[in-house]
Amino acid sequence: MLRLEKISKKYANLQAVDKISLDVPPGSIFGIIGRSGAGKSTLLRLMNLLEKPDSGAMYLGERRVDTLSGRELLLERRKMGMIFQNFNLFSSRNVADNVSYPLEIAGLPRRQIDLRVGELLELTQISDKRRARLRELSGGQKQRVAIARALAAEPQILFCDEATSALDPQTTRSILSLIKNLQKFLQITVVVVTHQMEVIRAICEQVAVLEAGHLAESGAAKTVFAKPKSSAAKELLHAA
Amino acid sequence: MPPNLHEILGLLPQATLETIYMTFASTFLACLLGLPLGIYLFVTSPAGLRPQSAVYNILSRLVNLFRSFPFIILMILLMPLSRLLIHTSIGPAAVVIPLSIGAAPFVARVVEAALEEVDKGCLLAAQAIGSTDWQIVRKVLLPEALPALVSGLALTIITIIGYTAMAGAIGGGGLGDLAIRFGYYRFRQDITLAAVVVILTLVELVQLGGTLLSRGLLNKR
Repeated sequence: MLRLEKISKKYANLQAVDKISLDVPPGSIFGIIGRSGAGKSTLLRLMNLLEKPDSGAMYLGERRVDTLSGRELLLERRKMGMIFQNFNLFSSRNVADNVSYPLEIAGLPRRQIDLRVGELLELTQISDKRRARLRELSGGQKQRVAIARALAAEPQILFCDEATSALDPQTTRSILSLIKNLQKFLQITVVVVTHQMEVIRAICEQVAVLEAGHLAESGAAKTVFAKPKSSAAKELLHAA
Repeated sequence: MPPNLHEILGLLPQATLETIYMTFASTFLACLLGLPLGIYLFVTSPAGLRPQSAVYNILSRLVNLFRSFPFIILMILLMPLSRLLIHTSIGPAAVVIPLSIGAAPFVARVVEAALEEVDKGCLLAAQAIGSTDWQIVRKVLLPEALPALVSGLALTIITIIGYTAMAGAIGGGGLGDLAIRFGYYRFRQDITLAAVVVILTLVELVQLGGTLLSRGLLNKR
Protein backbone atom coordinates (compact mmCIF):
# COMPACT_ATOMS: atom_id res chain seq x y z
CA MET A 1 0.00 0.00 0.00
CA LEU A 2 2.60 2.47 1.17
CA ARG A 3 6.23 1.63 0.56
CA LEU A 4 9.26 3.58 1.75
CA GLU A 5 12.69 2.90 0.28
CA LYS A 6 15.69 4.27 2.17
CA ILE A 7 13.97 7.53 3.06
CA SER A 8 16.20 10.14 4.74
CA LYS A 9 15.55 13.61 6.05
CA LYS A 10 17.97 15.99 7.71
CA TYR A 11 17.25 19.24 9.56
CA ALA A 12 20.31 21.46 10.04
CA ASN A 13 22.61 19.10 11.95
CA LEU A 14 20.01 16.55 12.94
CA GLN A 15 19.52 13.39 10.89
CA ALA A 16 15.82 13.13 11.81
CA VAL A 17 15.10 10.13 9.58
CA ASP A 18 17.94 7.89 8.45
CA LYS A 19 17.49 5.49 5.49
CA ILE A 20 14.20 4.03 6.64
CA SER A 21 12.55 1.37 4.51
CA LEU A 22 9.05 0.23 5.37
CA ASP A 23 6.27 -1.64 3.67
CA VAL A 24 2.81 -0.91 5.00
CA PRO A 25 0.52 -3.66 3.72
CA PRO A 26 -2.97 -2.66 2.49
CA GLY A 27 -5.89 -3.13 4.86
CA SER A 28 -3.83 -3.38 8.01
CA ILE A 29 -3.13 -1.33 11.09
CA PHE A 30 0.55 -0.49 11.13
CA GLY A 31 2.22 0.90 14.24
CA ILE A 32 5.26 3.13 14.46
CA ILE A 33 6.65 3.44 17.95
CA GLY A 34 9.61 5.21 19.48
CA ARG A 35 10.53 7.58 22.25
CA SER A 36 10.25 11.35 21.78
CA GLY A 37 12.87 12.52 19.34
CA ALA A 38 13.16 9.12 17.65
CA GLY A 39 11.94 10.62 14.37
CA LYS A 40 8.30 9.46 14.46
CA SER A 41 6.78 12.84 13.69
CA THR A 42 9.19 13.54 10.86
CA LEU A 43 8.54 10.12 9.39
CA LEU A 44 4.81 10.75 9.54
CA ARG A 45 5.17 14.16 7.87
CA LEU A 46 7.15 12.45 5.11
CA MET A 47 4.56 9.70 4.75
CA ASN A 48 1.63 12.07 4.43
CA LEU A 49 3.57 14.24 1.96
CA LEU A 50 3.86 17.35 4.12
CA GLU A 51 7.65 17.12 3.79
CA LYS A 52 9.90 15.98 1.00
CA PRO A 53 12.66 13.50 1.77
CA ASP A 54 16.29 14.39 1.02
CA SER A 55 16.79 10.98 -0.52
CA GLY A 56 14.97 7.71 -1.03
CA ALA A 57 11.64 6.95 -2.67
CA MET A 58 8.06 6.49 -1.57
CA TYR A 59 5.25 4.69 -3.35
CA LEU A 60 1.53 4.80 -2.73
CA GLY A 61 0.21 1.73 -4.47
CA GLU A 62 2.23 1.62 -7.68
CA ARG A 63 2.71 5.35 -7.89
CA ARG A 64 5.84 7.18 -6.79
CA VAL A 65 4.60 10.06 -4.65
CA ASP A 66 7.65 11.71 -3.04
CA THR A 67 8.53 13.56 -6.25
CA LEU A 68 5.08 15.06 -6.84
CA SER A 69 4.45 18.77 -6.66
CA GLY A 70 1.72 21.37 -7.14
CA ARG A 71 -1.78 20.18 -7.96
CA GLU A 72 -0.82 16.50 -8.12
CA LEU A 73 0.66 16.68 -4.63
CA LEU A 74 -2.54 18.21 -3.24
CA LEU A 75 -4.69 15.54 -4.91
CA GLU A 76 -2.48 12.81 -3.47
CA ARG A 77 -2.74 14.35 0.03
CA ARG A 78 -6.52 14.25 -0.29
CA LYS A 79 -6.27 10.44 -0.49
CA MET A 80 -4.79 10.46 3.00
CA GLY A 81 -6.58 11.35 6.22
CA MET A 82 -4.89 12.41 9.42
CA ILE A 83 -5.82 12.82 13.06
CA PHE A 84 -3.73 14.50 15.73
CA GLN A 85 -3.01 14.47 19.45
CA ASN A 86 -4.59 17.91 19.87
CA PHE A 87 -7.42 17.19 17.40
CA ASN A 88 -6.60 20.35 15.40
CA LEU A 89 -10.23 21.08 14.64
CA PHE A 90 -11.26 24.48 13.27
CA SER A 91 -12.67 26.47 16.20
CA SER A 92 -14.46 28.88 13.85
CA ARG A 93 -16.63 26.01 12.59
CA ASN A 94 -19.14 23.81 14.36
CA VAL A 95 -19.02 20.00 14.30
CA ALA A 96 -20.75 19.51 10.94
CA ASP A 97 -18.74 22.28 9.26
CA ASN A 98 -15.46 20.78 10.43
CA VAL A 99 -16.41 17.48 8.83
CA SER A 100 -17.55 19.20 5.65
CA TYR A 101 -14.25 21.08 5.16
CA PRO A 102 -12.44 18.41 3.07
CA LEU A 103 -15.55 18.06 0.91
CA GLU A 104 -15.80 21.82 0.41
CA ILE A 105 -12.24 22.13 -0.77
CA ALA A 106 -12.76 19.17 -3.09
CA GLY A 107 -15.63 21.17 -4.61
CA LEU A 108 -18.59 18.89 -3.85
CA PRO A 109 -22.09 20.37 -4.17
CA ARG A 110 -23.72 21.43 -0.90
CA ARG A 111 -26.49 18.80 -0.96
CA GLN A 112 -24.01 15.99 -1.37
CA ILE A 113 -21.82 17.43 1.39
CA ASP A 114 -24.72 17.50 3.85
CA LEU A 115 -25.62 13.89 3.12
CA ARG A 116 -22.02 12.73 3.46
CA VAL A 117 -21.50 14.66 6.72
CA GLY A 118 -24.55 12.89 8.17
CA GLU A 119 -23.12 9.49 7.20
CA LEU A 120 -19.69 10.31 8.64
CA LEU A 121 -21.07 11.49 11.97
CA GLU A 122 -23.17 8.33 12.08
CA LEU A 123 -20.07 6.28 11.41
CA THR A 124 -18.09 7.88 14.22
CA GLN A 125 -21.13 7.80 16.54
CA ILE A 126 -21.37 11.52 17.17
CA SER A 127 -24.51 12.38 15.15
CA ASP A 128 -26.19 13.90 18.20
CA LYS A 129 -23.56 16.67 18.23
CA ARG A 130 -23.99 17.64 14.60
CA ARG A 131 -24.82 21.28 15.32
CA ALA A 132 -22.68 21.56 18.47
CA ARG A 133 -19.89 24.06 18.99
CA LEU A 134 -16.47 22.56 19.61
CA ARG A 135 -16.13 23.83 23.17
CA GLU A 136 -19.22 21.83 24.13
CA LEU A 137 -17.36 18.59 23.34
CA SER A 138 -15.11 16.38 25.46
CA GLY A 139 -11.70 15.26 24.20
CA GLY A 140 -13.04 11.91 23.05
CA GLN A 141 -15.93 13.56 21.21
CA LYS A 142 -13.52 15.97 19.52
CA GLN A 143 -11.39 13.07 18.33
CA ARG A 144 -14.51 11.43 16.88
CA VAL A 145 -15.22 14.62 14.95
CA ALA A 146 -11.59 14.70 13.80
CA ILE A 147 -11.86 11.10 12.62
CA ALA A 148 -15.05 11.94 10.70
CA ARG A 149 -13.23 14.88 9.09
CA ALA A 150 -10.20 12.73 8.25
CA LEU A 151 -12.40 10.11 6.58
CA ALA A 152 -14.62 12.62 4.74
CA ALA A 153 -12.80 12.52 1.41
CA GLU A 154 -12.71 8.68 1.47
CA PRO A 155 -8.94 8.35 1.97
CA GLN A 156 -7.11 5.10 1.39
CA ILE A 157 -4.90 5.67 4.41
CA LEU A 158 -5.59 7.11 7.84
CA PHE A 159 -2.61 8.45 9.79
CA CYS A 160 -2.96 8.76 13.55
CA ASP A 161 -0.36 11.02 15.16
CA GLU A 162 -0.39 10.28 18.91
CA ALA A 163 -4.16 10.39 18.50
CA THR A 164 -4.92 9.05 21.97
CA SER A 165 -2.05 10.59 23.93
CA ALA A 166 -4.21 13.45 25.26
CA LEU A 167 -7.07 11.17 26.30
CA ASP A 168 -7.80 9.26 29.51
CA PRO A 169 -7.44 5.45 29.46
CA GLN A 170 -11.14 4.73 29.06
CA THR A 171 -11.59 7.23 26.21
CA THR A 172 -8.37 5.92 24.64
CA ARG A 173 -9.90 2.43 24.54
CA SER A 174 -13.12 3.63 22.95
CA ILE A 175 -11.26 5.66 20.29
CA LEU A 176 -8.93 2.74 19.54
CA SER A 177 -11.83 0.35 19.11
CA LEU A 178 -13.55 2.87 16.86
CA ILE A 179 -10.42 3.09 14.68
CA LYS A 180 -10.19 -0.68 14.57
CA ASN A 181 -13.85 -1.08 13.56
CA LEU A 182 -13.62 1.65 10.94
CA GLN A 183 -10.52 0.04 9.45
CA LYS A 184 -12.39 -3.25 9.00
CA PHE A 185 -15.61 -1.66 7.83
CA LEU A 186 -14.04 0.73 5.31
CA GLN A 187 -11.17 -1.57 4.32
CA ILE A 188 -8.63 1.21 4.70
CA THR A 189 -5.02 1.16 5.83
CA VAL A 190 -4.20 2.77 9.17
CA VAL A 191 -0.79 4.00 10.29
CA VAL A 192 -0.56 4.70 14.01
CA VAL A 193 2.31 6.72 15.42
CA THR A 194 2.63 6.59 19.18
CA HIS A 195 4.96 6.35 22.15
CA GLN A 196 2.43 4.22 24.03
CA MET A 197 3.08 0.50 23.91
CA GLU A 198 -0.51 -0.28 24.92
CA VAL A 199 -1.82 1.42 21.76
CA ILE A 200 0.29 -0.85 19.57
CA ARG A 201 -0.75 -3.85 21.62
CA ALA A 202 -4.43 -2.97 21.34
CA ILE A 203 -4.78 -2.50 17.59
CA CYS A 204 -1.62 -3.02 15.52
CA GLU A 205 -0.82 -6.09 13.47
CA GLN A 206 2.62 -4.90 12.49
CA VAL A 207 5.01 -2.55 14.19
CA ALA A 208 8.15 -0.61 13.36
CA VAL A 209 10.39 0.52 16.22
CA LEU A 210 12.33 3.73 15.66
CA GLU A 211 15.41 4.86 17.47
CA ALA A 212 17.43 8.01 16.78
CA GLY A 213 16.08 8.33 13.25
CA HIS A 214 16.63 4.79 12.09
CA LEU A 215 14.59 1.61 12.08
CA ALA A 216 15.61 -0.47 15.11
CA GLU A 217 13.38 -3.40 14.18
CA SER A 218 10.06 -4.22 12.58
CA GLY A 219 7.74 -7.16 12.15
CA ALA A 220 4.50 -8.67 13.41
CA ALA A 221 3.51 -6.91 16.63
CA LYS A 222 3.18 -10.22 18.47
CA THR A 223 6.69 -11.30 17.54
CA VAL A 224 8.25 -7.99 18.48
CA PHE A 225 6.51 -8.10 21.84
CA ALA A 226 7.40 -11.73 22.52
CA LYS A 227 11.02 -11.56 21.40
CA PRO A 228 12.27 -8.00 21.13
CA LYS A 229 15.67 -7.94 19.44
CA SER A 230 16.68 -4.28 19.57
CA SER A 231 17.52 -2.44 22.75
CA ALA A 232 14.96 0.24 21.79
CA ALA A 233 12.13 -2.32 21.68
CA LYS A 234 13.26 -3.88 24.97
CA GLU A 235 13.34 -0.50 26.62
CA LEU A 236 9.85 0.42 25.39
CA LEU A 237 8.50 -2.94 26.61
CA HIS A 238 10.21 -2.50 29.92
CA ALA A 239 8.76 0.96 30.38
CA ALA A 240 5.23 -0.31 29.65
CA MET B 1 -26.93 79.92 26.50
CA PRO B 2 -23.51 81.60 27.00
CA PRO B 3 -22.14 82.97 23.71
CA ASN B 4 -19.01 80.81 23.60
CA LEU B 5 -21.02 77.61 24.13
CA HIS B 6 -23.26 78.69 21.30
CA GLU B 7 -20.18 79.20 19.10
CA ILE B 8 -18.68 75.83 20.02
CA LEU B 9 -21.93 74.02 19.28
CA GLY B 10 -21.94 75.71 15.91
CA LEU B 11 -18.41 74.58 15.04
CA LEU B 12 -18.33 71.06 16.47
CA PRO B 13 -20.84 69.10 14.31
CA GLN B 14 -19.15 69.97 11.03
CA ALA B 15 -15.66 69.21 12.40
CA THR B 16 -16.88 65.95 13.96
CA LEU B 17 -18.44 64.80 10.70
CA GLU B 18 -15.21 65.61 8.87
CA THR B 19 -13.21 63.59 11.38
CA ILE B 20 -15.58 60.65 11.07
CA TYR B 21 -15.46 60.85 7.29
CA MET B 22 -11.64 61.01 7.23
CA THR B 23 -11.37 58.16 9.74
CA PHE B 24 -13.66 55.74 7.97
CA ALA B 25 -12.56 56.51 4.43
CA SER B 26 -8.92 56.14 5.49
CA THR B 27 -9.59 52.97 7.48
CA PHE B 28 -11.33 51.43 4.49
CA LEU B 29 -8.51 52.26 2.09
CA ALA B 30 -5.80 51.35 4.62
CA CYS B 31 -7.42 47.93 5.06
CA LEU B 32 -7.69 47.50 1.32
CA LEU B 33 -3.91 47.94 1.11
CA GLY B 34 -2.92 46.52 4.49
CA LEU B 35 -4.99 43.32 4.62
CA PRO B 36 -3.41 41.65 1.56
CA LEU B 37 0.00 42.91 2.65
CA GLY B 38 -0.49 41.47 6.15
CA ILE B 39 -1.66 38.12 4.75
CA TYR B 40 1.32 38.04 2.42
CA LEU B 41 3.70 38.87 5.30
CA PHE B 42 2.28 36.00 7.34
CA VAL B 43 2.34 33.51 4.48
CA THR B 44 6.00 34.25 3.66
CA SER B 45 7.14 34.55 7.31
CA PRO B 46 9.43 31.86 8.76
CA ALA B 47 6.46 30.22 10.54
CA GLY B 48 4.07 30.79 7.64
CA LEU B 49 2.51 28.55 5.00
CA ARG B 50 5.22 29.20 2.45
CA PRO B 51 8.30 30.69 4.11
CA GLN B 52 10.34 32.90 1.78
CA SER B 53 12.90 34.65 3.91
CA ALA B 54 14.19 37.05 1.23
CA VAL B 55 10.72 38.35 0.28
CA TYR B 56 9.66 38.48 3.91
CA ASN B 57 12.72 40.40 5.07
CA ILE B 58 12.44 43.03 2.36
CA LEU B 59 8.71 43.57 2.93
CA SER B 60 9.13 43.56 6.67
CA ARG B 61 11.87 46.22 6.51
CA LEU B 62 9.74 48.38 4.21
CA VAL B 63 6.81 48.14 6.61
CA ASN B 64 9.04 49.09 9.53
CA LEU B 65 10.49 52.00 7.59
CA PHE B 66 7.03 53.41 6.84
CA ARG B 67 5.90 52.87 10.40
CA SER B 68 8.90 54.59 11.97
CA PHE B 69 8.47 57.62 9.70
CA PRO B 70 7.09 60.60 11.68
CA PHE B 71 3.51 60.66 10.47
CA ILE B 72 3.21 64.39 9.97
CA ILE B 73 6.27 64.40 7.69
CA LEU B 74 4.96 61.39 5.76
CA MET B 75 1.76 63.32 5.14
CA ILE B 76 3.64 66.34 3.81
CA LEU B 77 5.68 64.08 1.54
CA LEU B 78 2.56 62.36 0.22
CA MET B 79 0.64 65.58 -0.45
CA PRO B 80 1.72 65.71 -4.11
CA LEU B 81 0.03 62.35 -4.53
CA SER B 82 -3.27 63.85 -3.35
CA ARG B 83 -2.84 66.71 -5.80
CA LEU B 84 -2.24 64.18 -8.56
CA LEU B 85 -5.21 61.95 -7.66
CA ILE B 86 -7.92 64.38 -6.59
CA HIS B 87 -6.43 67.72 -7.70
CA THR B 88 -6.26 69.31 -4.28
CA SER B 89 -4.06 68.97 -1.22
CA ILE B 90 -6.43 70.71 1.17
CA GLY B 91 -9.52 69.45 2.94
CA PRO B 92 -10.68 66.13 4.41
CA ALA B 93 -10.75 64.27 1.08
CA ALA B 94 -7.16 65.28 0.30
CA VAL B 95 -5.72 63.94 3.57
CA VAL B 96 -7.50 60.60 3.19
CA ILE B 97 -4.83 59.54 0.71
CA PRO B 98 -1.75 60.13 2.90
CA LEU B 99 -3.72 58.82 5.90
CA SER B 100 -4.52 55.53 4.13
CA ILE B 101 -0.99 55.03 2.90
CA GLY B 102 0.45 55.99 6.28
CA ALA B 103 -1.86 53.58 8.13
CA ALA B 104 -1.57 50.64 5.67
CA PRO B 105 1.73 49.32 7.12
CA PHE B 106 0.17 49.52 10.58
CA VAL B 107 -2.80 47.47 9.34
CA ALA B 108 -0.40 44.97 7.75
CA ARG B 109 1.34 44.39 11.10
CA VAL B 110 -1.96 44.12 12.95
CA VAL B 111 -3.18 41.53 10.42
CA GLU B 112 0.11 39.62 10.57
CA ALA B 113 -0.05 39.52 14.37
CA ALA B 114 -3.68 38.33 14.31
CA LEU B 115 -2.85 35.53 11.86
CA GLU B 116 0.15 34.44 13.94
CA GLU B 117 -2.25 33.77 16.80
CA VAL B 118 -4.07 31.09 14.81
CA ASP B 119 -3.34 27.61 16.13
CA LYS B 120 -0.59 26.09 13.98
CA GLY B 121 -2.24 22.68 14.37
CA CYS B 122 -5.27 23.94 12.42
CA LEU B 123 -3.03 24.98 9.57
CA LEU B 124 -1.24 21.64 9.65
CA ALA B 125 -4.58 19.84 9.49
CA ALA B 126 -5.74 22.00 6.57
CA GLN B 127 -2.48 21.27 4.74
CA ALA B 128 -2.72 17.54 5.41
CA ILE B 129 -6.27 17.57 4.01
CA GLY B 130 -4.82 18.86 0.72
CA SER B 131 -5.96 22.49 0.79
CA THR B 132 -4.40 25.01 -1.56
CA ASP B 133 -2.74 28.00 0.12
CA TRP B 134 -5.61 30.19 -0.99
CA GLN B 135 -8.18 27.79 0.51
CA ILE B 136 -6.26 27.82 3.80
CA VAL B 137 -6.20 31.63 3.87
CA ARG B 138 -9.86 32.03 2.98
CA LYS B 139 -11.46 29.09 4.77
CA VAL B 140 -9.21 28.58 7.80
CA LEU B 141 -6.81 31.43 8.53
CA LEU B 142 -9.17 34.40 8.20
CA PRO B 143 -12.20 32.80 9.92
CA GLU B 144 -10.02 31.50 12.78
CA ALA B 145 -8.41 34.92 13.21
CA LEU B 146 -11.66 36.89 12.89
CA PRO B 147 -12.04 37.93 16.57
CA ALA B 148 -8.41 39.13 16.63
CA LEU B 149 -8.90 40.89 13.30
CA VAL B 150 -11.94 42.72 14.67
CA SER B 151 -9.94 43.90 17.70
CA GLY B 152 -7.18 44.93 15.32
CA LEU B 153 -9.68 46.88 13.23
CA ALA B 154 -10.80 48.82 16.33
CA LEU B 155 -7.15 49.54 17.14
CA THR B 156 -6.60 50.73 13.57
CA ILE B 157 -9.61 53.05 13.66
CA ILE B 158 -8.40 54.53 16.96
CA THR B 159 -4.91 55.08 15.56
CA ILE B 160 -6.37 56.74 12.48
CA ILE B 161 -8.53 59.04 14.64
CA GLY B 162 -5.23 60.18 16.17
CA TYR B 163 -3.71 60.66 12.72
CA THR B 164 -6.70 62.73 11.51
CA ALA B 165 -6.11 65.13 14.40
CA MET B 166 -2.56 65.58 13.15
CA ALA B 167 -3.83 66.02 9.61
CA GLY B 168 -5.57 69.13 10.92
CA ALA B 169 -2.15 70.77 11.12
CA ILE B 170 -1.76 70.65 7.35
CA GLY B 171 -5.22 71.80 6.46
CA GLY B 172 -7.07 68.52 6.68
CA GLY B 173 -10.13 69.81 8.49
CA GLY B 174 -11.90 67.98 11.28
CA LEU B 175 -11.51 68.23 15.05
CA GLY B 176 -7.71 68.51 14.98
CA ASP B 177 -7.98 71.46 12.62
CA LEU B 178 -10.54 73.07 14.94
CA ALA B 179 -8.28 72.64 17.95
CA ILE B 180 -5.30 74.11 16.14
CA ARG B 181 -6.97 77.02 14.34
CA PHE B 182 -9.22 78.15 17.18
CA GLY B 183 -7.75 76.62 20.32
CA TYR B 184 -4.05 77.10 19.61
CA TYR B 185 -3.77 80.09 17.27
CA ARG B 186 -6.56 82.09 18.98
CA PHE B 187 -5.94 80.93 22.55
CA ARG B 188 -9.43 79.41 22.84
CA GLN B 189 -8.81 76.61 25.33
CA ASP B 190 -12.54 75.98 25.59
CA ILE B 191 -12.64 74.95 21.93
CA THR B 192 -9.58 72.71 22.33
CA LEU B 193 -11.28 71.11 25.31
CA ALA B 194 -14.50 70.55 23.37
CA ALA B 195 -12.56 68.97 20.47
CA VAL B 196 -10.68 66.71 22.89
CA VAL B 197 -13.92 65.58 24.55
CA VAL B 198 -15.42 64.63 21.18
CA ILE B 199 -12.27 62.77 20.09
CA LEU B 200 -12.10 60.84 23.36
CA THR B 201 -15.77 59.94 23.02
CA LEU B 202 -15.20 58.65 19.49
CA VAL B 203 -12.21 56.58 20.65
CA GLU B 204 -14.17 55.12 23.56
CA LEU B 205 -17.11 54.21 21.32
CA VAL B 206 -14.88 52.46 18.78
CA GLN B 207 -13.01 50.61 21.53
CA LEU B 208 -16.26 49.51 23.14
CA GLY B 209 -17.75 48.41 19.82
CA GLY B 210 -14.60 46.48 18.90
CA THR B 211 -14.41 44.74 22.26
CA LEU B 212 -18.09 43.77 22.23
CA LEU B 213 -18.01 42.48 18.65
CA SER B 214 -14.80 40.53 19.18
CA ARG B 215 -16.11 39.01 22.40
CA GLY B 216 -19.40 38.17 20.70
CA LEU B 217 -17.55 36.32 17.94
CA LEU B 218 -15.52 34.34 20.48
CA ASN B 219 -18.65 33.44 22.44
CA LYS B 220 -20.25 31.96 19.34
CA ARG B 221 -17.51 29.32 19.17
